[in-house]
Amino acid sequence: MDQYAIKKRKKKMATSDLVFNICNYTFLVLFAIVTLYPVLNTLAYSFNDGADAVRGGIHLLPRKWSLKSYKTVFAKGGFWQGAKITVLRTVLGTITALAANALLSFILSRKRFVFKSGLSLFWVITMYASGGLIPTMLLFRYMHLTNSFWVYIIPGMVSAFNIMVMRTYMAGLPDSLEESAQLEGAGYMRIFVSIISPLCLPIYATIALFVAVGHWNSWFDAMLYNKLNDQYTTLQYELMKLLDSVANQGGNANSGGKTAASAATITPITVRSAATIVTIVPIIALYPFLQRYFVTGLTIGGIKE
Amino acid sequence: MSILTARKPKQPDINKVKLTKKEFNRQWVLILIAAIYVIYGIIFYYLPLAGWIMAFQNFKMKTGFSSPWVGLDKFKFLFRPNSIFLRVVRNTFCMGAINLVSSFITAIGFAILLSEVKNELFKRGIQTISYMPHFLSWIIVCAIVHDSLSSEGVINEILMNLHFVEKPIMFFAHTKYFWAIVAISNVWKETGFNAIIYLAAITSIDPALYEAASIDGAGRFQKMLYVTLPSIRPTIMILLLINIGNVLNAGFEVQYILGNDVIISVSQTIDIFVLKYGISQSDYSLGTAAGIFKTVVSMILIVVCNYIAKKTGDERLF
Repeated sequence: MDQYAIKKRKKKMATSDLVFNICNYTFLVLFAIVTLYPVLNTLAYSFNDGADAVRGGIHLLPRKWSLKSYKTVFAKGGFWQGAKITVLRTVLGTITALAANALLSFILSRKRFVFKSGLSLFWVITMYASGGLIPTMLLFRYMHLTNSFWVYIIPGMVSAFNIMVMRTYMAGLPDSLEESAQLEGAGYMRIFVSIISPLCLPIYATIALFVAVGHWNSWFDAMLYNKLNDQYTTLQYELMKLLDSVANQGGNANSGGKTAASAATITPITVRSAATIVTIVPIIALYPFLQRYFVTGLTIGGIKE
Repeated sequence: MSILTARKPKQPDINKVKLTKKEFNRQWVLILIAAIYVIYGIIFYYLPLAGWIMAFQNFKMKTGFSSPWVGLDKFKFLFRPNSIFLRVVRNTFCMGAINLVSSFITAIGFAILLSEVKNELFKRGIQTISYMPHFLSWIIVCAIVHDSLSSEGVINEILMNLHFVEKPIMFFAHTKYFWAIVAISNVWKETGFNAIIYLAAITSIDPALYEAASIDGAGRFQKMLYVTLPSIRPTIMILLLINIGNVLNAGFEVQYILGNDVIISVSQTIDIFVLKYGISQSDYSLGTAAGIFKTVVSMILIVVCNYIAKKTGDERLF
């Protein structure tokens, strides 16, 4: 191939590269817009006047500013109770789950542990074989876990998936750490607390993040086990109740199932938006800073040894 | 086995330790803690499995497990011709399959496109935005989807401004839209997060492969097709395996929140069925039977997929 042909080919590749790059960047920007727009629009609705918002057509900026929706949300008793329970379960649930998962992962990652493979299998099975909704609920009822706060904390404390991730991480630490500590006379608990745990902080942060988000976003357990106890409601469940009145309206209004009178009792879109914004602010504010943890957690941890 | 590396050949376990008196003295702390975890696991994970016998009884709260036995009647009722449950199984399976395929294609596609970006700042910015929906609850995502698709929502506005439609489409009043809505909601929420693992896999590809491909005259697309995709194949396969086992599990929150009485024929899934008949109407036996069906089918799916993966020489779970 002579010089001219090589140059020509290089030029052709440069143009096709340019076209590809333009398309790619455009596509990714569009992707970001599609991701952000609905959330920003919810924000706009939340600051808009309720009666005005019914007309629709609000884009990114409120048309008629009003803080009334937020006042309505904060005036709801269920909202504050939900917030209290949600914060409590997130903090307590994350701490207990982290401790429980870490300790079990520590045991499973000890190379000399005699029941290592048996115990491991015991937990892997729980990932696939589940008793199902009804047997579980009846068990909780029998154990007096329903209609109580503890149903949020105790049953989900140990998760096989989190254990797999943590154990893989711990198994990657050098064995010599354990051996030298044992020579110095340290017991297993001491090794776990003062030697292994400090080295596992990145993976602990990852698991804590996943567990905390799960607690923050959960509503199903509140509905299933504590439906009759408003004192154990969660933020998302309160939000769910707001949405539920609207979601069923779409179809029913069309089939003529609902009258104008009952439609009036439906929560206005601005109040729902305000409630949504209040529940997502803590997560949206935090997750960009924790990015590094869930990225490493997902990639280092792997799935199964 | 790490999910990002190829499976290593199995080696005989030389470190296998036998339980001797000496080992017991050394390890009794570990054994004691393990025992506590086993008790916990039996209570919260294995005891509910014993509840499966409810499916073969006409279970009533009053009589408990001494309720009269009915054999397979509950299952026969579930699977009678043209039953609601058959439709529910179809809905669950179809939505699960559509979600599986759409989320895989979008996550892999997004990861590949993002990895082609050379500007680190832009890349990081897009990626950070892309994770965001994963951290929102389904309640919030469904509220957003519902508002966007309402008659005054942004989607109808766009469609009307472009003159595709004359009047707003009632997305939640027609059965034909629902599965697509569920799939798109799922894609919107999880694409960025699912892409993390593929991006990591792409980053770990040896750059020499790309250089070699360039020398051979491969263009951008050819490199994606013949270098990137084959290199992340093990990751794709193992995630596919895990997710196929979960196909029937992937149908609850969106369908429960966004479904309504008008489109119940396409929106009801196994979990919603269990909730409705098993809990709201207190037919515990029927609900348990439906739950058993779901678990057993999921386990069969996992074992079969694992077997196929083994035959084709790909990654496998166990």
